[in-house]
Amino acid sequence: MTVAEKYVTMEYGPALEDAKEALLWLEQHGRSFGHFIGGEWHAPIAGESFDTADPSSGEVLATVAQGSAADIDAAVQAARSALGPWQSLSPHARARYLYAMARQVQKHSRRLAVLETMDNGKPIRESRDIDIPLVTRHFYHHAGWAQLLEEEFPGYSACGVVGQIIPWNFPLLMLAWKIAPALAAGNTVVLKPAEYTPLTALAFAEICQTIELPAGVVNIVTGDGRTGEALVAHGDVDKIAFTGSTEVGRAIRKATAGTDKKLSLELGGKSPFIVFDDADLDSAVEGVVDGIWFNQGQVCCAGSRLLVQERVYDAMIAKLRARMDTLRVGAPLDKAIDVGAIVAPVQLERMRRMVDQGVQDGAVCWRSNSQLPEKGLFFPPTLLTNVHPSSMVAQEEIFGPVLVTMSFRTPAEAVELANNSAYGLAASVWSESINVALDVASRLKAGVVWVNGTNFFDASCGFGGYRESGFGREGGREGMYEYLVPTWLKNAPLLSSEAPGAKKTEEGEEDHDVLDRSRWDGLDRTVKQYIGGKQARPDSGYSFPVRAADGSLLGESPLGNRKDIRNAVEAASNAEGWARTTAHGRAQVLYYIAENLSYRRSELAQALGRSTGSHQAEREIAAAIERIFSYAAWADKFDGAVHTPPMRNVTLAMHEPLGVMGIVCPEDAPLLGLVSLVLPAIAMGNTVVAIPSERYPLVIGDLYQILDTSDLPGGVVNLVAGRPAELSKVLAEHDNVSALWYFGDAQGAARVKAASIGNLKQTWTNEGRAIDWFDSTQGEGRMYLRHATQVKNIWVPYGE
Amino acid sequence: MTPKVVRETEPEQRVQLPPAAPAADSYRPNRGTPLNLDWVEDVRANTSAIERRAQTLITRRTVKKEWQAAWLLRAIACTDLTTLAGDDTVERVRRLCAKARQPLKPSLMDQLKIHELGLTVGAVCVYHAFVETAVRALEGTGIPVAAVSTGFPAGLSPLAERVAEIHRSVEAGAREIDIVITRAHVLGGNWHALYDEIATFKDACGSAHMKVILGTGDLMTLRNVGRASMVAMMAGADFIKTSTGKEPVNATLPVGLVMTRAIRSYLQQTGMAVGFKAAGGVRTAKQAMEWLFLMKEELGRPWLEPSHFRFGASGMLADIERQLEHFATGRYSAGHRHPLA
Repeated sequence: MTVAEKYVTMEYGPALEDAKEALLWLEQHGRSFGHFIGGEWHAPIAGESFDTADPSSGEVLATVAQGSAADIDAAVQAARSALGPWQSLSPHARARYLYAMARQVQKHSRRLAVLETMDNGKPIRESRDIDIPLVTRHFYHHAGWAQLLEEEFPGYSACGVVGQIIPWNFPLLMLAWKIAPALAAGNTVVLKPAEYTPLTALAFAEICQTIELPAGVVNIVTGDGRTGEALVAHGDVDKIAFTGSTEVGRAIRKATAGTDKKLSLELGGKSPFIVFDDADLDSAVEGVVDGIWFNQGQVCCAGSRLLVQERVYDAMIAKLRARMDTLRVGAPLDKAIDVGAIVAPVQLERMRRMVDQGVQDGAVCWRSNSQLPEKGLFFPPTLLTNVHPSSMVAQEEIFGPVLVTMSFRTPAEAVELANNSAYGLAASVWSESINVALDVASRLKAGVVWVNGTNFFDASCGFGGYRESGFGREGGREGMYEYLVPTWLKNAPLLSSEAPGAKKTEEGEEDHDVLDRSRWDGLDRTVKQYIGGKQARPDSGYSFPVRAADGSLLGESPLGNRKDIRNAVEAASNAEGWARTTAHGRAQVLYYIAENLSYRRSELAQALGRSTGSHQAEREIAAAIERIFSYAAWADKFDGAVHTPPMRNVTLAMHEPLGVMGIVCPEDAPLLGLVSLVLPAIAMGNTVVAIPSERYPLVIGDLYQILDTSDLPGGVVNLVAGRPAELSKVLAEHDNVSALWYFGDAQGAARVKAASIGNLKQTWTNEGRAIDWFDSTQGEGRMYLRHATQVKNIWVPYGE
Repeated sequence: MTPKVVRETEPEQRVQLPPAAPAADSYRPNRGTPLNLDWVEDVRANTSAIERRAQTLITRRTVKKEWQAAWLLRAIACTDLTTLAGDDTVERVRRLCAKARQPLKPSLMDQLKIHELGLTVGAVCVYHAFVETAVRALEGTGIPVAAVSTGFPAGLSPLAERVAEIHRSVEAGAREIDIVITRAHVLGGNWHALYDEIATFKDACGSAHMKVILGTGDLMTLRNVGRASMVAMMAGADFIKTSTGKEPVNATLPVGLVMTRAIRSYLQQTGMAVGFKAAGGVRTAKQAMEWLFLMKEELGRPWLEPSHFRFGASGMLADIERQLEHFATGRYSAGHRHPLA
């Protein structure tokens, strides 16, 4: 075709990025790669390997090693040996390596972008303008954290050897999100890139060699799910960080339950994209493009559920349909392509299956009229209307360029629809009214909320989800904490499985002891469960005896069962208005609890003293009063932050309560232990179902009378006595409980972690270690508040 | 492996939706509408989001090789070759007109094999004083002469004089009139006054095409740009145009996005197509490409025709010539190798 003809048609024509340098790099490695272990390349021990291909052409790019358990073991050993020397470096020395990584990525940015696009199928525009610059930014930012480590995280140490498993959708970026904070905090790393996209990780291994990173600090083992399993199962790994599907996340939670491996999970999403009738609709349409048609929709935080206010619904859909026709689908290396190739046949198959199912269920399917290439794995941008919350396509993650739409009438309904999901990763809110936008943002259950925008990322702003989208954050200060542990906790002694001085009554044991009724003037004393602000007889109709250290009978405790837990969770859930009480209001209630506890001090000391001895009872009460004061003080001081990512924007990092929390209290300090855990939780606006120590559950009888007189709304604290082993499992399995704190023995901790996979609630345990509740460094402070909150990052771009 | 593209499933289930955009052949030239204040009030412009779109739009599209050459030629065809300087003279205008007839040197035309296109610029744009000179110089070429009018650039002379100015230019042979609005009407939200002013000018233009210069650099906010665009179209603008070239900030892509979106919205509501002119600050071939991408992406193919899209530029052509020569020879070119405008 001549220039003159092209002048008439005004088509774009091909504009392919030159792949020469990337191909040359592959050739230099003979298109074959081993594992990067201990600073050197190693052939796979079992000799297995597999091919990685360009999804847009099917062309094999290279052969990579299939990691076996033996390869993983070698890598973990290398990381373990490197740990000591790496940690003995100064923070500044580690900062220099991270800085060098940033510079290397920057200097080789185009080769890395091309390689990423060839291996993954994403448009070169995205790898060039989004992925790689964010990688660089992440290393720069964390070079900063490495430098400031001692000043900003005093009292914390690195976890140790960290196992990291990353997905295929942003291969190098996810590597950066994992490796940068881990190294900045002083950990060493074994990373497994995704099976479909190992190449940029291997290129990064070469960068580690170039900058002479000490051998073993970063190890990269390629392979499929089996390799990941071996890494998760390895006994000498201190932490696992995973980004990927919720299904695999669940399996990892289960696999690590019986260990003290720290865990962070970034999982799936079905993120809402909410458009109000006063939004700039044309801009919102571009937001949708950047949301669901970014990276072929293979983005965990993709705005895949479009919720539009009824008044503008038709207009919005019409604009979207028109816009879809200008999306260009095609060769990922073409610089003028909007939508590239799908990473693997299995993913393409899944998209087709889910869209077909959606259509069968009544959805109307509209596809862009984009010409798809003849070969390669492509899926056209797709819009499904006539979808309802009950539709499968509205609930399940499709992980493709498929948008489902629904309408709403009011902001309240928008929030209700948006939160009607098992997930809670991200959300977009479009409105020109700051009132509407910020109000809705505050009510969404999502770790990241973008106002009038979507898919903004920055190293300084934490990223991570609520609910089944996982736990833990990546980026910013909160991301650093994922790779750190309190130094004292690391060194704390292990708890013996039998708490000191406790004598547990075996079930069914005959009991002929006689209570010393003289202490209550001969009148029977009845301790009940405390549920919804009311004293309730246990559903079981049973009680169990509580004994002193010398074996004498102290009284009878209600024996809680699953129905008591169900009722308590229900009550706690109904009391979630507590989260909207002002922090000042919560502080007042807390102070009042302390006041009333102080008033009843002698009475409580007498009762508690019979279990713990009067000396400890006095100490516990004094410490408890002080602790309550501390959390009353903290209630309005554990503020969020304002981040300044490199754009005209403020990111509000809000500390939000988790919701309903289950707390299993420690044995050794029946009152102080309970206060140390319940108070930070309610100070931050959570509601609580607490299981008191089995050693002296009767403490709740005194405690609820104090709570009752302290203006604490009913249901904010619920106390269910019984067998912690049994009750904690019910709590762990309850899908309406957002978090579970377990402070007992290691076996119990393993049990609750394994039982938590239903809704992937976050669990926090003492890992079977003894905590000195009287020591305020150990028993009090920011660590507890951090675990009682989750950070929601609300991005608010501004400008008129 | 290629999935079958099903445009839409089961039409009987289709929910009632307005059409995405009218088909190209149903576009009508603008006749104006009564002032509808709802359309003005409905304008939304989220500055940050618009800036992001402007930034990424130009990274999403590029043209190479023959396609790039074709697009550069297209930019020439859509150019209002302009001289609006205090030192303009008759001879200067004649020289400009000569360039307008023959924007590329013949040897380059040979190399590109584009003689058949009969390539000229879109129009020649001058002050009223030079309209007759330009009309004579362009006789027989079909290239229209555009006159800036109505107290250009500030637009603050008495209304009667501004209207008379239009009449005089039209009588002198100008087929296009670039008028300026009273920016105070926009800043004060006096939509009726703005509408009446533009409608009066339109009336004075008669059959001459009216381009309404919004002076976007003076309007300060993108929302003001959007609102002024809607009023101008309702009042009968054939084109809406960004700037006089004399404001501190001239044609920017975010402003262009707001104006093209207003054109799209007006088209969808009335079926009438309004043209767009980016003026001032467009100096390079690269910028020209960015504007063409914007037009094609936001409004579609018809807005790559001089009937619907113009650049107001003076220096841009020289850069395009150099780029075209580079395409033709593979060597980077120099300015002195191309005839002056």
